[in-house]
Amino acid sequence: MNKLPLRARLATSVGGAANRVSRLAGRGDGSVIGGVIGLRLEPGLLALLAQDRQVVLVTGTNGKTTTTRLVTAALAPLGEQIASNAFGANMEAGMASALGQAPDATIAVLECDEQYIPYVLVVTHARVLVLLNLSRDQMDRAAEIWLLARHWREAIAGAPDCHIVANADDPLIAWAACDAPNVTWVAAGQRWHDDSWCCPRCGSHLRRTGDEWKCHECSFSRPPVRWALSGEDVIDPAGCVRPLGLALPGRANRSNAVVALAVAEVFGVDVVNALRGLRDVTSVAGRYTTVERRGVDIRLLLAKNPAGWLEALDVLRPPPEPVMLAVNAQVPDGRDTSWLWDVDYRGLRGRQVFVGGERRTDLAVRLQADDVTFEIVTGVEEAVDWVGHGTLEVIGNYTAFQQIRTALGRAA
Amino acid sequence: MTSDLRLVWVYPDLLSTYGDRGNLLVLERRARLRDIGVEPVFVNSDQPVPRDGDIYLIGGGEDLPQVLAARRLRTDGGLAGAAERGAVVFAVCAGYQLLGHEFGGADGEPTAGLGILDIRSGRGDQRAVGEIVANVDPVLGVPALTGFENHQGVTRLGPDAIPLAEVSVGTGNGDGTEGAHAGRVVGTYLHGPALVRNPGLADLLLGWVAGPLRPPPAESDELALTLRRERLAAVAP
Repeated sequence: MNKLPLRARLATSVGGAANRVSRLAGRGDGSVIGGVIGLRLEPGLLALLAQDRQVVLVTGTNGKTTTTRLVTAALAPLGEQIASNAFGANMEAGMASALGQAPDATIAVLECDEQYIPYVLVVTHARVLVLLNLSRDQMDRAAEIWLLARHWREAIAGAPDCHIVANADDPLIAWAACDAPNVTWVAAGQRWHDDSWCCPRCGSHLRRTGDEWKCHECSFSRPPVRWALSGEDVIDPAGCVRPLGLALPGRANRSNAVVALAVAEVFGVDVVNALRGLRDVTSVAGRYTTVERRGVDIRLLLAKNPAGWLEALDVLRPPPEPVMLAVNAQVPDGRDTSWLWDVDYRGLRGRQVFVGGERRTDLAVRLQADDVTFEIVTGVEEAVDWVGHGTLEVIGNYTAFQQIRTALGRAA
Repeated sequence: MTSDLRLVWVYPDLLSTYGDRGNLLVLERRARLRDIGVEPVFVNSDQPVPRDGDIYLIGGGEDLPQVLAARRLRTDGGLAGAAERGAVVFAVCAGYQLLGHEFGGADGEPTAGLGILDIRSGRGDQRAVGEIVANVDPVLGVPALTGFENHQGVTRLGPDAIPLAEVSVGTGNGDGTEGAHAGRVVGTYLHGPALVRNPGLADLLLGWVAGPLRPPPAESDELALTLRRERLAAVAP
């Protein structure tokens, strides 16, 4: 840190002060504002702050925040201080802020927005880049995903020293990473197939048999994997099967955990030690937390796009457990609710379903088409009144989730 | 109706970027409300397009899949054959563009379409993203369209295509008109599940195949009409 030029040091300390003020004023997690101010004073701040650290970048459409948390936990046995933007502030300011707040950390695990990867990969000289998955997401403002995969491919070609940890089960990810010299392929699974029916290399229809996928025209196929998720277990490079035993629920999180183990391997952390760290993670930035409200235990799940909803619906306790769905369409959510029609809600039949959020009518029309019966509610409190006792599962998209967290007093 | 109505969804593997399934689900539901049987048919890009369908749906997609889909559909000939036979075709966004004589390819270069609609599309300077409202050609007897558009296309209609609607909010074709129709072929820039907020348009397509439809039970239409009102109110000037 002392090696930083004066302007960068000033930018970091002014930014750090702003973070503290923001937190004290109750305006947020204090994870962005400092970075914004710091970058204004020193535009090259991120590169300067990343210097001399081993940086892990985590990106993909879904699971970034959780995987960032899990990688940090898996690297804990190294006994080093680790900088991380653990609250999902994944643009330049959020990353700079996380690094500025941990001047002595030798390792940084950074969640990075998909579109920033080409830039951040260059300026941080990342040691490891984690590619989780790519699927349709907030298309009114995000890049189209084939285009995004192409940008990643070009960026990776320009960073031959970076070790890539990539999901072999997602054809777009495989295409983005397949020409890199150092790749650890992970069979992390892909529940959502609707964005990868066609070969990313030539556009032909892909054939899938079991876990394998292959293009019959250009013969692009799933790369051989080193780590694999198999049900509740992980299969390590030696072929040894170990139960994951996570506290976090759901297939998506088991998949994120296997990716974290593959990153730990790059750093030389033993799988047994890394697993111990993963099992201690119970909630991530308010997700999966249970909050008690007037005798009802509410569990909060976040789902931001069709693939995320599919995973969240998988995590639900079995019927007839009541569930509330909440959907908004503010800028961070995407202003367009068309994605609702990409999610299959038929699995909710036979449950008590509550529909909330600012775009509850859009959601209600969607559920009606799937013959799911529901009650429209104005907020989580009304759903709690209906339920009376027991448990309530809540799935919300981004701002709907934050509103519910606030309504529950940020207990989460 | 002696047999079920065949709803053919063309190339969901290539052209289904954002909720395009909604159009199929809405048509199915509204047919069911009239006791009309429906048989959905999914045709992937490695399969031939059947010529004997009643309604063909073709959705939106990114540039590269759009180019691939157009190439395959030209080789296959099934969709053009069905349209010629008088089948109903409802096309959305990238699907709408590729029904025309040409459209802008991955780098904006002119790419040959199917020539089912007398339109030509290219790439505009700015992406049109947001709510769209447009008053439908009175000949069709359908209330104003409400939807979401997300495209960079500009479309010019030739003499054999009629604008589907006049834009009151949004961009559409780029010259104040929105979409196109000719015979039983309808194309629109309203993307994804365009029929969800426009049950009148869904009924128009169904009626072309099944004959005059009785109105659906009022309570079954209530939510869709509430959604229409909400979205129209949200963009009211």
